[in-house]
Amino acid sequence: MIQVFWTVMRRDLALALRTGGGGALGIAFFVISAVLVPFGVGPKPDLLGVIAPGMLWIAALLACMLTLDRLFQADVEDGSMDLLTLSPLPLEMTVLAKCLAHWLTTGFPLLIAAPLMAITMNMPGAAYSAMIASLALGTPALSMVGAIGAALTSGMRRGGVLTAVLVLPLYVPTLILGALAGNAAAAGLDPVPYLMLTGAITIACVPLCPLVAAAAIRLALR
Amino acid sequence: MSLDIENLRCIRAGRTVFCELNATVQSGQALILAGPNGAGKSTLIRILAGLLRADEGDAVFSGVSLRNDRIEFQSQLLYTGHLDAVKPSFTVAETLKFWARVYGADFAEVPKAIAALGLERLADHYVRTLSAGQRRRLGLSKLALIDRPLWLLDEPTVSLDADSSGRVAALARERCESGGIVVAATHIDLAIPAARTLDPSSFLPSAEEGVMSDDERVLSGESW
Repeated sequence: MIQVFWTVMRRDLALALRTGGGGALGIAFFVISAVLVPFGVGPKPDLLGVIAPGMLWIAALLACMLTLDRLFQADVEDGSMDLLTLSPLPLEMTVLAKCLAHWLTTGFPLLIAAPLMAITMNMPGAAYSAMIASLALGTPALSMVGAIGAALTSGMRRGGVLTAVLVLPLYVPTLILGALAGNAAAAGLDPVPYLMLTGAITIACVPLCPLVAAAAIRLALR
Repeated sequence: MSLDIENLRCIRAGRTVFCELNATVQSGQALILAGPNGAGKSTLIRILAGLLRADEGDAVFSGVSLRNDRIEFQSQLLYTGHLDAVKPSFTVAETLKFWARVYGADFAEVPKAIAALGLERLADHYVRTLSAGQRRRLGLSKLALIDRPLWLLDEPTVSLDADSSGRVAALARERCESGGIVVAATHIDLAIPAARTLDPSSFLPSAEEGVMSDDERVLSGESW
């Protein structure tokens, strides 16, 4: 079963890399939205430094969400999901494999792009490691919570905006705790409690989100 | 080994598609679903695959009930629907290798499956370069790849040329000859000797007795 899990994950990775629009687009969106912040706020380095962790997290949420709508929809539309549902791999595991592939193509590259964007926002040096750690711990939860929204709208023609409306409110706890970790470190406080809570959300998502998303996909296939 | 369809009822969007549908298919037999568009052929096949839930009734395949043990039931069947389940950015061989891994089939069967529907020359071609008929053949070549006793085929020969339709019919015949069961919604003759025909739309409360063929189980008298 574990080999099949990796097979499904590798397939989704290959699909994301070959069709484009997956990983590269997410990073490009993240970079552009992060670059827009200094333009909007104006040349106020101190203010930018204060809002940087929160802005980076918001940009990460939006970048992650951008690629969610195709997570299951493409497979539902071309009939692959029927066959994946009927395969020996439990649908919950298929969902988890697809979430992992989604994170590797969207969340993980953000960890590399985030420090560069932090420079453009004049983020305090002390916040860098906490910021990257919070993104590393929190972005997997974005993929998994997002999978629920993507699964609920997978049977719809234009589910993209609805996915955003469903998913963004559920991102709030991760956003608050992730940004708090960066803010705490910038203020010279200990970010570890916030990092642990961010990680706790991700850990809770691993068993729960695939269950919910798989149930939603079964409904979408009817 | 047999497939017993017991008292199936399906209501979709407030309309009864069929009710009290009973049929038994023995090992080596085929059940051909016929009838006009909207007769419920695809619906019946998706119910038998466990993708749709029947509002009433059950299907039992070699002692395993679909309603009570869906996972075990599904592990014995192979379903091909209207859609080919192929990805444009994969090659023909990659597509089949993926499904071989997912369904636990032997990798050595992949070249055989490619040959079964005459796709040898296209093995390294990307699916996006294939025609509709070639994609269909790729979708159907899973039949030669994954060894399952119960086949559920929904319009398998749509957009296929005569030669490929013949190959699909031959695969279905082989499945029956080796003791399997084929349930197919199709308008072409699969030339399976032990084939019975069933029109799901004749299993309706308002159906006239006259339109039902001898092959079909007669509805019980009380319901109409």
